[in-house]
Amino acid sequence: MKNRMELSFSAKSSNESFARVSVGAFVTQLDPTLDELTEIKTVVSEAVTNAIIHGYGENDDGLVNIEVELINETVHLVIRDEGRGIEDLDEARQPLYTSKPELERSGMGFTIMENFMDNVQVDSEPMTGTTLTLVKRLSKQKALCN
Amino acid sequence: MSLLIDLEKKEEVLCVRLVGELDHHTAIKLRERVDEALSEQHLTHVLLNLEKLTFMDSSGLGVVLGRYKKVHSIGGELVICSLSPQVKRLFELSGLFKIVTFATNEREALLNLGVAS
Repeated sequence: MKNRMELSFSAKSSNESFARVSVGAFVTQLDPTLDELTEIKTVVSEAVTNAIIHGYGENDDGLVNIEVELINETVHLVIRDEGRGIEDLDEARQPLYTSKPELERSGMGFTIMENFMDNVQVDSEPMTGTTLTLVKRLSKQKALCN
Repeated sequence: MSLLIDLEKKEEVLCVRLVGELDHHTAIKLRERVDEALSEQHLTHVLLNLEKLTFMDSSGLGVVLGRYKKVHSIGGELVICSLSPQVKRLFELSGLFKIVTFATNEREALLNLGVAS
């Protein structure tokens, strides 16, 4: 089975909930467990929030793009912004690291993404943007209730 | 879905009950409402009831950690109660579980803060 969708929306914080709910609704057709669905929604929220706060510096002229591809039991997410990019990727991925402590950021975004997904790849170039590629394989323990 | 914030004063404790989703968008509102209530009503302790919180991400962790620091700086305490397993997992990941006091329900949290309910 293969299925894909794409979303593009303004980098506004009010769209964070729209983004995670939309991706969640699309992924539901693979019949994930409640925990898996929560993990995917949380990861989308983290990535989109990073794009809005760090990529675009909360300037909502920018666009955040999400591609979701379902291939068999695997969810592939690509979340992209064309913002300022990340200068030091290793530093950004450190638990509790934040470039904006004054905003009360916890610095846990990447740690959560790495914990909840099977694979997290970050490609970023200063002044060009950041692309996150996230992969999660869903468990096959389904209830037999057809 | 947005976030509803219910605030109630019980003796020296500000009870904060959240209904809905706590993310970057709603965290800003929560920070403003709690900080305003603490200073207007001259309160130092905060009880955070998350029983009806259906979603939280790292922005939620940030605002909770921020309130923990604020309450400590004014000599008070923060107690969090009624966590769902999903929310609990985030607190565990962040290490906040080691520094913040958690209670199973609001009654236990209030007892922890010296309020007999």
